[in-house]
Amino acid sequence: MSRAKKLVDKIKELMWKPEKIRNMGIVAHIDHGKTTLSDNLLAGAGMISEELAGKQLYLDFDEQEKERGITINAANVSMVHEYKGNEYLINLIDTPGHVDFGGDVTRAMRAVDGVIVVVDAVEGVMPQTETVLRQALRENVKPVLFVNKVDRLIRELELTPEQMQEKLMKVIHEVNKLIKAMKPEKYDEWKLDVSVGKVAFGSALYKWAVSVPSMKNTGIGFKQVYEYIKNDNVKELSKKSPLHEVVLDMVVKHLPSPIDAQKERIKTIWKGDINSPEGKAMVNCDPNGPVALMITKIIVDPHAGEVAVGRLFSGTLKPGMELYIVDRKTKNRIQTVGLFMGPKRVEVPEIPAGNIVAVVGLRDVIAGSTCSTKEDFEPFESIKHISEPVVTMAIEAKNPRDLPKLIEVLRQVAKEDPTLHITLNEETGEHLISGMGELHLEVVVEKIRRDKGLEVVTSPPIVVFRETVTTTSPVVEGKSPNKHNRFYIVVEPCPEEVIRLFKEGEVDMKMDKKERRRLLEEAGLSKEEAAGIQEFYEGNVFCDVTKGIQYLHETMELILEGFREAMKAGPLAREPVYGVKVKLVDCKLHEDAVHRGPAQIIPAVRSAIFAAMLQANPTLLEPYQKIFVTVPQDMLGNVTREIQGRRGQILEMNTEGDMVTIVAKAPVKEMFGFAGDIRSATAGKAMWSVEHAGFEPVPANLLEEFIMEVRKRKGLKLEIPKPEDFVG
Amino acid sequence: MLIIAGMGVHDVKDMSIKAFESAKTADRVYVEFYTSIPNSKLEDIEKTLGRRVYLLNRSDLEENSEKIIKEAKIKDIVILVPGDPMVATTHSTLKLEAKKLGVDVRVIHSSSISSAVCVTGLQFYRFGKTATVSYPYSGIISKYPVDVVKQNWKINAHTLLLLDLHPKPMRIPEAIDYLFKAGMEDWYAVALGDVGGSNYMKCDMLSKLRDFNPPGLHSLIVLARTLHIVEYECLIEFASAPKEIKEIVV
Repeated sequence: MSRAKKLVDKIKELMWKPEKIRNMGIVAHIDHGKTTLSDNLLAGAGMISEELAGKQLYLDFDEQEKERGITINAANVSMVHEYKGNEYLINLIDTPGHVDFGGDVTRAMRAVDGVIVVVDAVEGVMPQTETVLRQALRENVKPVLFVNKVDRLIRELELTPEQMQEKLMKVIHEVNKLIKAMKPEKYDEWKLDVSVGKVAFGSALYKWAVSVPSMKNTGIGFKQVYEYIKNDNVKELSKKSPLHEVVLDMVVKHLPSPIDAQKERIKTIWKGDINSPEGKAMVNCDPNGPVALMITKIIVDPHAGEVAVGRLFSGTLKPGMELYIVDRKTKNRIQTVGLFMGPKRVEVPEIPAGNIVAVVGLRDVIAGSTCSTKEDFEPFESIKHISEPVVTMAIEAKNPRDLPKLIEVLRQVAKEDPTLHITLNEETGEHLISGMGELHLEVVVEKIRRDKGLEVVTSPPIVVFRETVTTTSPVVEGKSPNKHNRFYIVVEPCPEEVIRLFKEGEVDMKMDKKERRRLLEEAGLSKEEAAGIQEFYEGNVFCDVTKGIQYLHETMELILEGFREAMKAGPLAREPVYGVKVKLVDCKLHEDAVHRGPAQIIPAVRSAIFAAMLQANPTLLEPYQKIFVTVPQDMLGNVTREIQGRRGQILEMNTEGDMVTIVAKAPVKEMFGFAGDIRSATAGKAMWSVEHAGFEPVPANLLEEFIMEVRKRKGLKLEIPKPEDFVG
Repeated sequence: MLIIAGMGVHDVKDMSIKAFESAKTADRVYVEFYTSIPNSKLEDIEKTLGRRVYLLNRSDLEENSEKIIKEAKIKDIVILVPGDPMVATTHSTLKLEAKKLGVDVRVIHSSSISSAVCVTGLQFYRFGKTATVSYPYSGIISKYPVDVVKQNWKINAHTLLLLDLHPKPMRIPEAIDYLFKAGMEDWYAVALGDVGGSNYMKCDMLSKLRDFNPPGLHSLIVLARTLHIVEYECLIEFASAPKEIKEIVV
């Protein structure tokens, strides 16, 4: 029997014993070595050749991941590890560390019960370490720590054994400080205690590690580690105290099995009734209960097509089974079910609760979907993404004949990555992809080029502005093309609180009318507006304050369609509209329905809204980023210059030792290319990260310039439109 | 001058000699096919007139109407319209705009579906308001035609229902479905096809007209609550009305 075959058989056996399963992820700041760690864990567990691991970056199987040397997509693998005479099945999800891929990290956290936090011994805790740790703790995922690149302390920093230990303790202390601040109620249980083995130290690249329990077994302690490295004999070190043994022992001992984890985690990640049959089934990880499957990722397999990967919290999956895709209100039939080994999917006849699964046949799911055998299953709370898309680029097929392929490929990438927004500019026929940052989009485009084999041409990245108004417009009359229908419209700024209520789901169009009216009045709408609210669309509201107009109700959907069209692309530069309240104060309709169809009503409403907006002091909002930069004190000036040159504003400066951390805020528009510039301004000594910081009005002196910039790009007339352009 | 000339209810040869002559001598001739679809193609019209004719779409006559009106300021322009031009309400705005821009307008009338339906024998005097059965938009079916039928019943009048043309001409079976979905009560009606041409006619209860699907454009008349004796005789004779319809003759 081949080795691979044996492994598959073991996995098939272990997946039925949830107490012997660990679902875990590895999180870290970029370049702290989590992919190398994953690979060498796999190699140690016999999943790939030991010689190749580390060089191969097995988890980085995306061609471009290898080339960029960073991990882009969370991939899934299963491996077997023996601990104290028992075999365990370890399901591992690798996650990207760059801020632009935050969506993938958050989703992966849903599927796992524990994480290994990897920290570079030299660099210590970095901003991204903090972000990913926060994501894990928020999802109630338990951490252990691997301090990586310990050899650098000896080789590069030339620390003594005592200094080395001191440095390592400092790293642990920093991580513990974060856990205490983020999850005080769990701190006693979850704090990283070296003495019980919740922390391991080592080198993922050179495949060795030590922990307090391992020292007792192998007799290899810091002193020995120091000797081996000084003598350049890491090969023997890795034989005597191998990485995968030490780290996977830590995983098995300190990270929870699905049985233990689900008792605790279900109430964090699921808002349904814990005492319902499905609630109990999940809490108990019951393979005989209703299916509860949360999809965390869609990958595209050249043979099987779209494969949905997710965590099965209860029930058993089998081919041929029909599952409700609860959030999409549809039903799909499972074709095959399987587990992962590296990039390989191994099909199995069935998979029980507690595992991370790969399912073919769920063609309607997207990352984040909830699937169940129960139609009325309460969906898992929608995964909260940290950021909203703010950067866009235009994309087209190099060869116009490939357009149908481009459309299909864009549909696929959007399914694989819900933080990506694809829109079609119907006027220019241009496809636009919007994402969370410059790098995010670059990677998507590379993926299209390489994986999907499609040659594409893209524009440089650009920010997406929002159009808004700052005062109240006069009443504007909009006429339908046949002039037989007239709409009288007023626009004004929408109170922030109204937008918040809708965005956070505290108010919606399905709730009790009276209650909605009360909440909206409190939030700042007038009585008539609150009673006449018809729709909330992308941060804007439409209110009908007319009285007793015949056939208005059967025309309302068309009116709202006109409203939505106007909000999708406003009058200034055809950018999305945000924060506008549109009021219908009166209207005249043609009696016969055929004379008030879509071709008449939609343009009439849209142009009335446009003309009204242009008379309400319109302006643009632009996305901002918060920037955190840590540099040696003497380079402070270079950093502040770099930030101030980008319309940035310094918010805070904190000195710690000889380092200073600058917190600043700057428009995303000016931040393109920051990575390269800050590197050269500080000789590569700056450590930095960014965070999205909402939208703010563009400075008045730049407004016209920005509008023209966008209009030029979109092939629009190079003048600011006037109300007369829309209503004659 | 802007001359809006009707082409008549069925095909280009329904046009009056007046319309024909103006089209012959005008500087430019346009035609529109969006308020109705005549049984003549553009080539047939060009052949009949012996000259080039230009096709206008909806936006040429609605949002961009100014262009044609301005052209009519210096030239004699004929716009050929299916049926009678002033029955299509949309053309009244064209007159208004021409007036505003100081352009003279002449209207040449022609036969129209609104009077041609009397071929059924139903009396012109006994028709009430007209309505169109339109295609639903995002699932919303207009109740307007049903409301109009009800209003007409109150004054014991027949209702002419025109059928939506866009994106494709609606057929009787589909129109009847929409009417029922909008709350229509089953009642006697006359289904019409190719009026002004082959004049297909069938009188029965709405629910029994669902297999009526002859060629040509369709329209539908929902009968008043009662019939005049001569109307009854005509429906029996020309529209294969069922015998039971005698019950509603007064």
